[in-house]
Amino acid sequence: MSTAAGARRIDVGKLLPQLIAPVAALVIAAAISSVALLISDKDPLLAFQHMYEFGMLPDTKVEILNKASELYIAAVAVAFGFKMGLFNIGVEGQSKVGAFFAGALASASFMDWMPGSLRIVLIIVVAMIVGAAWASIAALLKTQRGVSEVISTLMLNAIGGLVITWLLNDHWGVTEPGAQIKTTGILSKDSWMPGLPIISGTEQKVLGFFAVAVVLGAAYWFVINRTRFGFDLRATGYNPFAAVASGVNAKRMVITAMLISGAIAGLVNLPRMLGESHTYTEGFGGIGFAGLAVALLGRNHPIGMALAAILWGFLASSQIILDIDSIPKEIVLIMQGVTVLSVVIAYELAARIGRRAQQRRVGVATATATAAPVPAVEESK
Amino acid sequence: MSTDTMLSEAAAQPPAKTRGRRMSSWMIMLVISGALIGLSLVHQLANAPDVTSSGAIQAALQAAVPLGLAGLGGLWAERAGVVNIGLEGQMILGTWFGAWGSLEFGPWVGLLIGILGGAVGGLIHAVATVTFGVDHIISGVAITILAPGVVRYLSYITWGSAGATQSPQVPHIPRVSVPGINGLKGLEEHEWFLVSDVAGVLRGLLYEVSLVTILAVLLIPLTWWLLWRTAFGLRVRSVGEDPHAAESLGLNVYRYKYYGVVISGAMAGLGGMYLSTVTSAIYREGQTGGRGYIGLAAMIFGNWRPGGLAVGASLFGYTDALQLRRGSESVHALLILVGALLLALAVWEFIRRNRLVAVASAVLGVLSYVLFFSVDKIPTPLVQAAPYITVLVVLALAAQRLRPPAADGKPFRRGG
Repeated sequence: MSTAAGARRIDVGKLLPQLIAPVAALVIAAAISSVALLISDKDPLLAFQHMYEFGMLPDTKVEILNKASELYIAAVAVAFGFKMGLFNIGVEGQSKVGAFFAGALASASFMDWMPGSLRIVLIIVVAMIVGAAWASIAALLKTQRGVSEVISTLMLNAIGGLVITWLLNDHWGVTEPGAQIKTTGILSKDSWMPGLPIISGTEQKVLGFFAVAVVLGAAYWFVINRTRFGFDLRATGYNPFAAVASGVNAKRMVITAMLISGAIAGLVNLPRMLGESHTYTEGFGGIGFAGLAVALLGRNHPIGMALAAILWGFLASSQIILDIDSIPKEIVLIMQGVTVLSVVIAYELAARIGRRAQQRRVGVATATATAAPVPAVEESK
Repeated sequence: MSTDTMLSEAAAQPPAKTRGRRMSSWMIMLVISGALIGLSLVHQLANAPDVTSSGAIQAALQAAVPLGLAGLGGLWAERAGVVNIGLEGQMILGTWFGAWGSLEFGPWVGLLIGILGGAVGGLIHAVATVTFGVDHIISGVAITILAPGVVRYLSYITWGSAGATQSPQVPHIPRVSVPGINGLKGLEEHEWFLVSDVAGVLRGLLYEVSLVTILAVLLIPLTWWLLWRTAFGLRVRSVGEDPHAAESLGLNVYRYKYYGVVISGAMAGLGGMYLSTVTSAIYREGQTGGRGYIGLAAMIFGNWRPGGLAVGASLFGYTDALQLRRGSESVHALLILVGALLLALAVWEFIRRNRLVAVASAVLGVLSYVLFFSVDKIPTPLVQAAPYITVLVVLALAAQRLRPPAADGKPFRRGG
């Protein structure tokens, strides 16, 4: 049994629990939300069926991919920190600040000369720089003053939101004709990012930034798994003391990881800003925290997070149908919350089961082949 | 959190001299009178009566209590070695269950139900972190994601679609005053230097105080007594300092971690209940507004001790309350005091040869004065940001003198 698995270099005994875990978590989430629905006298099966049917409509599929793009970018931003045991809870603030300053600069009157495509590049670059700069505050507080990044990024989220409110309402905001709220000004039409007609059966197009999210996922995989930096990052995450002993500069790793995370976070609001609203409004936000959930669900794995982002997008998009059946759509929030909580527990259990199975197999192997050399055991976290 | 220990070791200055870090009672009196004189000066110099008015002090007390309760929640969990970033979620549960219980069964039962709601949140955190060994921060974040969903759903099915984000008017627990304290009102209105300020502060603290406020304030000495003067407290703390040693002495480590985290959730639940039934008479979605995190910051500021966290909660509560009482003028006026404090700190740190801190606080101090003289009012959003900025600055200046419990945030497995 172990020889066949060994030949493919995939350890089924270790992999299987890791795959069962998210499925089990989803089942638990569905069960708990069913109970909640039954308590309030609604038919859970009907609710799930309607959500599924609605989610399969072409228009909804477009919306799911749109939501998934934002969530995926946020999740990758979080995952960069997670990989080295750094908790960037500030993606929310970094994404807002980045998009706001990029939007304000790009629609400022002194930028009128700039051709549209160049302006898109400018927005992307500025959003990344500002996001990284906002994250650097937390990074420096951590490395220079030992302030936990968890607390500092949470405080920076609140401060960032309020600074934007102030700048938008008192200084840079404009009210477009016919609109009620202040925005950073509508971008000129040549800098609207075209949509992608990848879903058949609808006129709706997927936001152009979807492509950027895909590229970002590939880049994330490459950096983490195929570069020296990614190796150091993971090494620091697994065992910081061993990493430092092998020559990793812990402070520099914290700062670099936080800056990259913040730069990616700066992109989070751009799918909507470049492809839908074409301006920054105070309605932006709320994706940072969901991105954390997606990263947890997808285990910081580029494909895992993509699946999680699509699932999250599906739940968020298809909840609208529940209102029509007079089922409280808030049930989706419970579903999401329970999923996150049970998935982190399930992964932990899966790791334990996998470890135990591995120990047993090694035990059997060493007992039967007394003379044979002990097979190398890869230590899992 | 594994990188934390390493970084702080790398960044640590020569080991802090173990001088008597506890303040004697006359030093506390000195600090309090210093603060009063400072505030009176600000009142006179910038003509900002709301710096020490009874209304502002009352609002500050009411803002400080939920922060202090969240801080106590953090203290109980972290003394048992579990980081509880889920305080925010447990507070959210407390706001809703407190309001719902008060509406259904009256305010006193509502108090218990609010506490219970938070305790259940704590129990979930304990199951995830202690039994299953999930990373403490991840579990806490998950609870903070889950709680608003649960509350929104419950709200919807109890109060209908109109009540999904807001409850009906909630009955409250009675308020009491020290007899005759209202007589200070006249004194307060005279605007005499220091005298009127003291009158305002006393009246703010002693007039129309909710019984829950008194209960919450009493919880601070009670927590100290339980944790530092009883066998139970010693066991809880030993589990947070060195669980393996505690286990080798026959202690059931898991059980004491559970006690700590469930009490932690209960404290946060009481803090949430306070927000929805004492601070305001209504449950509103998003009422906690990150106060769980600020409470945690207050606890860190207080060096994982009840007295210190009370000071932290008062400081952050005071800045939080100012936004309600002509904050634009008051915060502007307070810049005088903030600037002076920062410059004094700069001199002190310079003498002690902490050049980085000295320069940083000098720059911040000068900036405060530049801001003070360049504008007349602080814009409202920035006034609202004041408590968060205060947290950051205070932690940046103080974080390295702190000592968390030795096994704080580290996963522990029985028999390991």
